[in-house]
Amino acid sequence: MTAVPALSVEDLSVEFRTRSGVVKVLEHVGFSVDKGETVALVGESGSGKSVTAFAVMGILDAAGKVTSGRALFGGIDLLALSEHDLAEQRGRELSMIFQNPRTALNPIRRVGRQIADVLVRHGGATRADAPRAAIEMLKRVRIPDPERRAEAYPFELSGGMCQRIMIAIALACRPALLIADEPTTGLDVTTQAVIMDLIGELAGDSGMATIFITHDLALAAEYCDRIVVMHAGHIVEAAPGRELFAHPRHPYSAKLLAATPGETVALEDLASIPGGLPDLRRPDLPACRYSGRCERRLDQCAQPLPQHTVGERHVVACWNPL
Amino acid sequence: MTEALLDVAELAKRFTIGAKDGLLKRATSFRKPVAPLPQLHAVDEVSFTIGRGETVGLVGESGCGKSTLVRLINRLLDPTSGSIRLGGVELADFKARNFAANPYRARIQMVFQDAGDSLNPRYTAADAIADPVRRLKKMSGAELAARVGELADMTGLPRELLSRFPHQLSGGQKARVGIARAIAVEPELLILDEPTAALDVSVQVVILQLLQQLKRELGMSYLFVSHDLNVVRLLCDRVLVMYLGKVVEQGPAAEVFADPKHPYTRALISAIPQAEPEQRAGRLRLSGEPRSPIDPDPTVCRFYGRCPKGTPRCAEEMPLLRPAGAARQVACHFA
Repeated sequence: MTAVPALSVEDLSVEFRTRSGVVKVLEHVGFSVDKGETVALVGESGSGKSVTAFAVMGILDAAGKVTSGRALFGGIDLLALSEHDLAEQRGRELSMIFQNPRTALNPIRRVGRQIADVLVRHGGATRADAPRAAIEMLKRVRIPDPERRAEAYPFELSGGMCQRIMIAIALACRPALLIADEPTTGLDVTTQAVIMDLIGELAGDSGMATIFITHDLALAAEYCDRIVVMHAGHIVEAAPGRELFAHPRHPYSAKLLAATPGETVALEDLASIPGGLPDLRRPDLPACRYSGRCERRLDQCAQPLPQHTVGERHVVACWNPL
Repeated sequence: MTEALLDVAELAKRFTIGAKDGLLKRATSFRKPVAPLPQLHAVDEVSFTIGRGETVGLVGESGCGKSTLVRLINRLLDPTSGSIRLGGVELADFKARNFAANPYRARIQMVFQDAGDSLNPRYTAADAIADPVRRLKKMSGAELAARVGELADMTGLPRELLSRFPHQLSGGQKARVGIARAIAVEPELLILDEPTAALDVSVQVVILQLLQQLKRELGMSYLFVSHDLNVVRLLCDRVLVMYLGKVVEQGPAAEVFADPKHPYTRALISAIPQAEPEQRAGRLRLSGEPRSPIDPDPTVCRFYGRCPKGTPRCAEEMPLLRPAGAARQVACHFA
């Protein structure tokens, strides 16, 4: 199979200007997602996962500025589009599921109408048939009794139901790329499993490319084809999920795996990651932002980060990989 | 067998819902029979014990009554019926309103879910830790300062951070302040409500290990509420599974995880993400939404309708919690 990248992010750097200095939030971030592929972005809070997604979607905070890079999507650079052209892509070709469905939905608009709005704005539906199409979408995300639920307000629905509504909105126009930013945080594990199955199934049906942002490595491994590990605004490793679990090559990925509770581990065997993220406002940030916490640091680590290909679709940015 | 530290028996909490009639309505309708208002059965006849030095996990989905149960035991809410005995003393008779000044207040303490939200933003770390001691123990200023320093050492909080406010502390440091505050008055029972839910995995490990170590050193018992089953498995001796106000299964954590007997427990364990595809075979997924907890039919199993096993019998006869093996109990006709 020759893989066609649906989205290819190259050399993306983002800075935030704050009162206490310029924060280099992302630096030379590059990865791609193929059609029909699900890629996870994982890392601790502050690693730049969400900022990457926001930059691609063009919804960065006003203080954020893309200083370099391209995000090629079907031959066009999303980062170079005008707000007007980008708005045409969002909703139709690009879609996003946000972290907290209750706050992301409009609290004073019936959920059926919120789905209909997207269909009218981007899907070419008329106001007259949109409600029926919205009910079809509610059926696709398996909401029981869709005719009645379409009339509900978000506060009348459970968290899991609201997340299904978000998914229905995101998928209403069959986008080519879906970004799901921690779509199951705050949901119960049983609901999480059902929602993740649903996203996987709908993505599979339509050959959609999916970027899945999470801090849960096990979840990423179960539902994603590839995992991209981020640390302090750098991509440190990218590998197929099972490969990453079996043979992590970057010291940070290995530490992250060793800290994750699993079925067979005892509490004493779990190891924390020493140190914290470096202050990204520092003007003299080291080339490898993990080097301050790293046990395998060499003198070489002061040089610009390498990109070693160490296996089939397995890349690591480290001078002294495991 | 040694006596249990906490003995909860047939504990129930029902909330009356719907608006109460106003004065005019009451004044004009005094002859009409009063229709009972609907009741939400948040916690329904729950019984369990926690031994000294034991860690009991409480799991279940949101809305199953975990938080209400915790608030009842912690005496922040008054139960509708039932008993809560701590070391042989009946706590259910004390009113929640006055419990803050009760000497037993010091014996049950709680670590709240989000350390950031549960700390007073205008209190320094030292103030937050000293506050319960000041209220519940008689101590001079110098003693108090020494005690706060000692607690900071015990929880691994650098002493130089004691003068900081919550917004100047990291997530892990705030979690340590929350724990130091809870153990400051030497409780026998510590209730931990998702203590690591807001933390990154690397910090979560440190906090879990700290909790384990403190339990050993101070001989406390833990009631550990979580929906992260991998964390429950790491820390708990025994586990209680709640579904819609009822305990549906309980037993030693290792046994329950290896061989869940209630269909709901099985679905919970099936929902744990697995990196290895081989381990995903035979998983159980729940469909539908939970039944309403408002005036539930006492003859129908609470899980009926969502349960893959449901039979007509489940709709006619509520399964009771009954022994299944040496230390286990299950409430299912088919377990």
